[in-house]
Amino acid sequence: MDEKEWKPKILAFLCNWCSYAGADLAGVSRFQYPPNIRVVRVPCSARVNPMFVLKALQSGIDGVLVSGCHPGDCHYITGNYYARRKFTALKELLDFVGYDDKRVNFSWVSAAEGGKFQKVVTEVTNRVKSVGPIKNFVKKDFQEQI
Amino acid sequence: MIEKIREIAKNWLAEGKVDVVIGFGEGTTPFSAKPIFITKPDDVEKLIWNPLCRLNLAGYVRREILAGRKVGVVAKGCDSRSIGLLLAEKQFDRKDVSIIGVPCQGMVDRKTLMKKFGNVNGEKVSADWNSISVGDKSISTEEVLSNACRICRYPTPVHYDELVGEKIEGVSIEEHDKPAVEMLEKNREDRWKFYTEHFGRCIRCYACRQACPTCYCDECFVDSNDPKWLEKGQHPTDLMLWNLGRIYHQVGRCVECGSCESVCPMDIPFTEILAGMSKRVRELYDYESGIAVDEPPPLQTFKTDDPQEFIM
Repeated sequence: MDEKEWKPKILAFLCNWCSYAGADLAGVSRFQYPPNIRVVRVPCSARVNPMFVLKALQSGIDGVLVSGCHPGDCHYITGNYYARRKFTALKELLDFVGYDDKRVNFSWVSAAEGGKFQKVVTEVTNRVKSVGPIKNFVKKDFQEQI
Repeated sequence: MIEKIREIAKNWLAEGKVDVVIGFGEGTTPFSAKPIFITKPDDVEKLIWNPLCRLNLAGYVRREILAGRKVGVVAKGCDSRSIGLLLAEKQFDRKDVSIIGVPCQGMVDRKTLMKKFGNVNGEKVSADWNSISVGDKSISTEEVLSNACRICRYPTPVHYDELVGEKIEGVSIEEHDKPAVEMLEKNREDRWKFYTEHFGRCIRCYACRQACPTCYCDECFVDSNDPKWLEKGQHPTDLMLWNLGRIYHQVGRCVECGSCESVCPMDIPFTEILAGMSKRVRELYDYESGIAVDEPPPLQTFKTDDPQEFIM
């Protein structure tokens, strides 16, 4: 594939109560952001099993974004605190084995932060673009299906 | 030391304090000791204690207690920490387990021994804390210690009812972190190459999971068909996913007993990565697994001011 034509595929896990609404607000407010994300709506950022992230990468996704409510604002009171520890552990593990740390991203975006959502997606897209198409850890036969 | 262990085990069994004593017995292959379950006071003579007793018995303790028996166990530092972790995870009550704590001078690595001695054809194998010998060939125990034992922070059991022998000091935190720090000094690409190569040799026998006292899920993620996290087969990414998945589940729980590494038929190094994870957990959450029994492991709890520099 030509590098110039290449558009990253980014999977975004957005929590229903904050980040998904934040993305909605970004849309309603007509903020422009790169069209490379595919959104999966999850009830809470704590719903995101780290295996989802690893599995996405294995399936040929170039980058992952997990986004939830700001600490203290979780709809389920404490979900994002648990999520934060899980992501920290995943991040540390991937860091230790030397995986590209720019592919796995986390953010807190509230329902009122359409502008922040735009910034986060732009930033994540740029990060993933900077490391190029995923090569490590991809199962080829999956990649063609996407 | 072994006499004392046998005596305690015998008394406990005779008193009816425990239904079964789990300890080590003579193994059936060279350089091995196998876990044995003693239910009759007269059988305590079968118990042994030498540098080949490397397996972690905490997993058996959990299974026996869930089967409704009161358990006595011969525990090294790592076994006792594993029991501590299982207690912290509320797998059983402290009153159901009686622990004979034995300070441990470090267990030897069977695979290194097999490399050094080659095949053993009927020669007499003897192992003590000074030397391991086959026939008239002998090697110092210190030389063949397993990697995990070289960086052991708690050779003396943390939890015990009876302690047999003198307490032994563990290594310092710096010493413990050395393998992990050395690994992190390499650059990212080299680490990735190192782990893809080593995990790429995995044959998915799951011996690491079976040997691990902390791996007690009824259905392991790797066996699950729905969701099917992993395909069957030897695709390198599946091997990576399995190993990363397993180690992810150990973050903040692993007591670094070295069982997984010692049973791995492919010699995959786990010491560095597990020590590295323990190091980060200690730095981030000030937690060492298996020490406090009333504190849940770090991934099962949280603080409102946890570090979050990496989150946008």
